[in-house]
Amino acid sequence: MSTFLDRRVFLEHGLRLSLATAAAGTLPLAQAQSLGESPSASKNREGMQTEPQVNQFLASQHKAGQAFSNYGMPSIHENRVIRLIGSNRMVAGNGVSWTPLESLEGIVTPTGLHFERHHNGVPEVDPARFAFTLHGRVAKPLRFDLAGLLRYPMQSRMLFLECGGNSNAGWHEEPMQKPVGSFHGLVSCSEWTGVPLNYLLDEAGIDRKATWAIAEGLDAAATEVSIPVSKLRDDALLALYQNGERLRAENGYPLRLILPGWEGVRQIKWLHRLEFTDQPVMSRNETGEYTQLLPSGKAEQFDFVMGPKSLITSPSYGQTLGSPGIFEVRGLAWSGHGSVAKVEVSADGGKSWSTAHIDGPVMPKCFARFRAAWKWEGKPAVLQSRVKDDQGNVQPTRANLIAQRGRNGYFHYNAIVSWAVDSDGTVRHVYA
Amino acid sequence: MFMLKRMRPVPFTQVFFAGLLFSAASLNAVSAQADSAANRPTPMGKALDGSMIIQFAPNIFPNGQGLPSGIGLAQNGAGLYQAQCASCHGKKGEGGTAQELIGGDGPLSAPDADKTIRTYWPFATTLFDTIARSMPPAAPGHLSADALYSLCAYLLAENGLWGWEQPMGPKELAAIVMPNHNGFIRKFP
Repeated sequence: MSTFLDRRVFLEHGLRLSLATAAAGTLPLAQAQSLGESPSASKNREGMQTEPQVNQFLASQHKAGQAFSNYGMPSIHENRVIRLIGSNRMVAGNGVSWTPLESLEGIVTPTGLHFERHHNGVPEVDPARFAFTLHGRVAKPLRFDLAGLLRYPMQSRMLFLECGGNSNAGWHEEPMQKPVGSFHGLVSCSEWTGVPLNYLLDEAGIDRKATWAIAEGLDAAATEVSIPVSKLRDDALLALYQNGERLRAENGYPLRLILPGWEGVRQIKWLHRLEFTDQPVMSRNETGEYTQLLPSGKAEQFDFVMGPKSLITSPSYGQTLGSPGIFEVRGLAWSGHGSVAKVEVSADGGKSWSTAHIDGPVMPKCFARFRAAWKWEGKPAVLQSRVKDDQGNVQPTRANLIAQRGRNGYFHYNAIVSWAVDSDGTVRHVYA
Repeated sequence: MFMLKRMRPVPFTQVFFAGLLFSAASLNAVSAQADSAANRPTPMGKALDGSMIIQFAPNIFPNGQGLPSGIGLAQNGAGLYQAQCASCHGKKGEGGTAQELIGGDGPLSAPDADKTIRTYWPFATTLFDTIARSMPPAAPGHLSADALYSLCAYLLAENGLWGWEQPMGPKELAAIVMPNHNGFIRKFP
């Protein structure tokens, strides 16, 4: 019997969903999060119930507040919601920082929390000296300065952006016990605004035999990848803005290639040139890395699209359910093939499924936020979500993914994520 | 709309037409369809001088396109390797804080498949391209062409794919057929 409820239950019965009571204890940072406890019912050290400090709470009404600020920052009380960094001991700029998905709501990733994957640090690019170049097999090799680029008609799109190596801990034998963002958080979602590349391709006149373009960044790895011209023609954007402001340095300032739905490594940051050719360059990042070894011993190459994926962000590892009752199961779903068509949730490890509500608008190649009311009766449960996109692609179970792809694929892991809720309300990552 | 107020009543279609003319004139012919032929954006690209391209780090293709002239020897590469690479990749290329560069055994179909240059990489030119543009991380892009050929010769010789005494230049590097040359299934095109 499904323990998921009609969504209206929340409207009728009120909520026990307050999230913000960080439980004291040994869990680091934002992991210690208790679901379902009233924030006003705090206990002192002796465990005695204390009355909320009403007068202190209202004190801000009796003194002048802070002055204006030129650029706003998150509340100081939220300063533990950060990107956790995993970088190389010898090369500080080689590694990743993870979006803390477990601490965020809605579909927009705050720009300062957008995940990072750099190969050798964030370069400092002087916009006054910057030029973007089209060369190789083109009728007219061209360069564009930023003032020129800013003159073109622009387009804004809400898009997820996911590293091809995101979630690769899923291939491990044992389920990783970390907050969801710390192993699935190489994915973020932003509004990207920029110039459709098509305008510039028409201007340069791309040779008909040029089926590939080699994109290169201005970073210290001079990161370079091959991109089919057909994708550049289809929907590529030269992004200048992210979430309304000019790109942040760590997201490619001043220019980033955006390829909707494709793996992040192709979406070159600090983009400064495209060389048009009739063959891929076969760089390290498309041969030795970002290719998927199959059980046969052959490896898949140029598998660009990020497949359908969903995960529950609440409840998830590190959070604790309070007293039994109704909870909102919340999560994210996306697909590089198109729009999220349906998200289903299960509380019994995939034996039965209920359709989740999806917040609108649902946009192609963009995060969708799903929600489902769930009645937890204080017994063990295994929570899962699965997504189907509008192209008919369905998120696989882990067992099916591994049966098909083995465990050496490393990239493009998109299996169903399972959270076990124990009777004491703790949440663990499990394979189910 | 003040213009319409002064007019006598007219059939709807005429009002609609007048409205269109009015709005087009007042907006100075801004179109929402900037990609139609008549509304191509003003070209902002500037002609590129060939010398600007030469300044770029070349993209090195599997057929050797982009490789500079130069010559290297594995024995010269050995010294360069110890000075420039060993601190991260290990004294014998066994790996450390950075990837294993020398070695790798067993079939790629094994459950614990070892993906290395020797077992996995399909092209030797990728080695040159990667080192030339990104290594060593503290000062990338400074190795000479001869040094790069020497490093490639050394790593390939230690992997049993090149001779210690064989000079390596652009033609030789591009002609190497790596063991896993046919190991990839292209999903595109």
